[in-house]
Amino acid sequence: MTAVTNFIARKSGYNINLVGLCSATVILFWAIVALIAPMITPYPVGEIVDWDYFGPSSSAFWLGSDYLGRDVLSRILMGARFTVGISLGAVTLACFIGVTLGMLAAVIGGLFDQVLSRFLDAFNSIPSKLFGLVVVAAVGSSVPVLILTLTAIYAPGSYRFARALAVNINTMDFVTVARARGEGTLYLIKEEILPNIIGPVLADFGLRFVFIVLLLSGLSFLGLGVLPPNADWGALVKENISGLPFAAPAVIYPSFAIASLTISVNMMIDNLPKKIRDRED
Amino acid sequence: MTQPIVQLKDLRVNATTDSGRQVEIIKGISFDVGPGEMLALIGESGSGKTTVALSLLGYTRTGCRIDGGEIKVAGHDMAQLSEAQRASHRGATVSYIPQSAAAAFNPAKPLIDQVIEAAHIHDVMPAEVAREKAIELFRALALPDPETIGERYPHQVSGGQLQRLSAAMALITDPRLVIFDEPTTALDVTTQIEVLRAFKSVMKQGGISGVYVTHDLAVVAQIADRIAVLKAGEVQEIGTTEQILHAPEHPYTKELMSAFEPKAFVGAATDLAPNPTPVLDVKRVFAGYGPKGANNMPAALILKDISFDLMPGKNLGVIGESGSGKSTLARAVAGLLPPATGQIAFKGAELHPDLQDRTKDQLRRIQIVFQLADTALNPNKPIGKILGRPLGFYHGLKGQAREARVDELLDMVRLPKSIRHRLPSELSGGQKQRINLARALAADPELILCDEITSALDTVVAAAILDLLKELQRELSLSYMFISHDLSTVEAICDDVLVMYKGEIVERMPTAQMRDGAQHAYSRLLVSSVPKLDTHWLDDLQQDPEITAQFSRR
Repeated sequence: MTAVTNFIARKSGYNINLVGLCSATVILFWAIVALIAPMITPYPVGEIVDWDYFGPSSSAFWLGSDYLGRDVLSRILMGARFTVGISLGAVTLACFIGVTLGMLAAVIGGLFDQVLSRFLDAFNSIPSKLFGLVVVAAVGSSVPVLILTLTAIYAPGSYRFARALAVNINTMDFVTVARARGEGTLYLIKEEILPNIIGPVLADFGLRFVFIVLLLSGLSFLGLGVLPPNADWGALVKENISGLPFAAPAVIYPSFAIASLTISVNMMIDNLPKKIRDRED
Repeated sequence: MTQPIVQLKDLRVNATTDSGRQVEIIKGISFDVGPGEMLALIGESGSGKTTVALSLLGYTRTGCRIDGGEIKVAGHDMAQLSEAQRASHRGATVSYIPQSAAAAFNPAKPLIDQVIEAAHIHDVMPAEVAREKAIELFRALALPDPETIGERYPHQVSGGQLQRLSAAMALITDPRLVIFDEPTTALDVTTQIEVLRAFKSVMKQGGISGVYVTHDLAVVAQIADRIAVLKAGEVQEIGTTEQILHAPEHPYTKELMSAFEPKAFVGAATDLAPNPTPVLDVKRVFAGYGPKGANNMPAALILKDISFDLMPGKNLGVIGESGSGKSTLARAVAGLLPPATGQIAFKGAELHPDLQDRTKDQLRRIQIVFQLADTALNPNKPIGKILGRPLGFYHGLKGQAREARVDELLDMVRLPKSIRHRLPSELSGGQKQRINLARALAADPELILCDEITSALDTVVAAAILDLLKELQRELSLSYMFISHDLSTVEAICDDVLVMYKGEIVERMPTAQMRDGAQHAYSRLLVSSVPKLDTHWLDDLQQDPEITAQFSRR
């Protein structure tokens, strides 16, 4: 395997380690599954295809059947769309908004910082499930609504995190030099601050992604998330939880799917490729 | 003959870069240090002097490793010991005094607990005995209130006191060898004298051997018995202090010595109009930090009634100790700290106090170069981008033209072109400061505010930078406002000197008169505190204790 990483290092000019490579592969795998899911599901998602419920793995149903006798493999493959798509969309939006505002608050400071911080603190104090409940009750459940709701729930925390990091960087001399040069706020946050906080921000991104996956399954359990017959992975675990005493594969495999994705996201962020600095030119 | 404390034989330290390339850092260095002897390691940054000093602790920085040779310290070969065995010697047999005491103390713990920590870790004496010994050391190091100073926290003592406390920390276990890593570089000259005196007397009393790493020859002259001159990981010359200072044999040592000779400044040829407009005209400026009070003055007033002017093509030195407000003055001129009252005019046109209201062209003409290149360069940007930005921002240079200009700038500050792909952390301190300067030059300024830009540089490099500044001045009719605590630097480049003390200008005089013609008592104290290349200077130095006490906060 080191031969592979060495080869990548030589070709791209980036050092990548084995853990990073493996986790990237897993994430890529789920991303592809999410894209092509309808083409590869062996059975329709909502159809009851097995006479038995909580059936074992067999040649007909690779990952067994669920509490109604539906094919688990098909449901996991389709669930990838919702879990990966909604969570990734929400976490990207939440972190983009939170980090941008956080850096702006640190660089601009003063009243802007005060007002924004207090407003988002207040927002942060609303319980997340309750907020989700109210929104879904008001406008109904759909994928865009779920993404926006999750974004609204997780952006304030991301803002706090990014602001705390950016305030430290903002006092450094190189930011002062850029200010003295007459640089605008956008340049300051994009070129001077962001590169210096990107490591912790990405780690936060990974954590938040996991939180969102979990909250999404919580909402689904309450019937506020993805609507049946579709289900995200969290909902698959919840709906099949009664199969646990029967050692049903229907509850194990969705859990594996969640674990493989969330752990891989965290591992990849901890092991991002590093540019090789020592080059002969 | 007694056994030497340190026997270093053919030390080799190598590093592996991230592409797997091997770099030789130390290429076979050998020397001995006898009991009670102080050996100085001098050389420019990147010469490996700190790497050698750290290897005596059996320690190398990340990515480096000791690849060969023998490091015998008090009979133990640090290169062969296991990590646990090394740890048992660190702080006990051999101890270390870092450059920045402020960074070496934990701000949340009382000083005494940190000073006696080594005694506790190595279990050499009970805490009570260690405390008494610490108080004795405080007394020997001439610290005020030796009985109680240990109860204070690091922020409650001055920089010079903290440096002496870190010496007490190193000496608490009666080590056989103490490593000094540029311990006075960050101190004011008047404080430095006191610290050097304290070090010298304590080391002499205890008969402790020392290795002193520095680039300041004048300090070395005061404290070292022998000097090893290092360059590119090899010893160029090793000899007694007298011999190195007065009869250097190696060409590099000679170069080093000549760089240290104070050069009389010859002003740029000035054929000015009879009544030239000053490039910078500062009138009755008051500035400070904090909310404004009733009289429209900030809560912490730093600059009080500052007025001066600077003629085109001339250089003005600003000297004073830390806390005198000289850096704040530069920030006020640059517009980073808008003054509460007063005017700042550039070439006759008044500048807005706040830089946000100044035009891009006004900003371009005044550039500021900060003291600490470590924090002044974005650690995540390659050098090429750092230098390229002002070119694009002020001059709209793009692509090939920008690249070519970056190469020119690197050439100007004597750095290889290959450096453009590196990050600041991959450069030495001296190289970083040259990048820092090159970035200011990229704007094509007319006035450069230099805030202690040479104080972190080696003598040879600093001399080269000063020569470069002079050369640029001739070509581009630049003016410099040169803030420094190093009087010989100011002497080398400035026409006039402002002496600042506690936010006020106490005296302005032509540089030529500084050594002999200073009127104010504080100016005279400052001038007399600059170490000279004379081994007896510190012992013979006579300063009026009353004036010293009046002006220095020890």
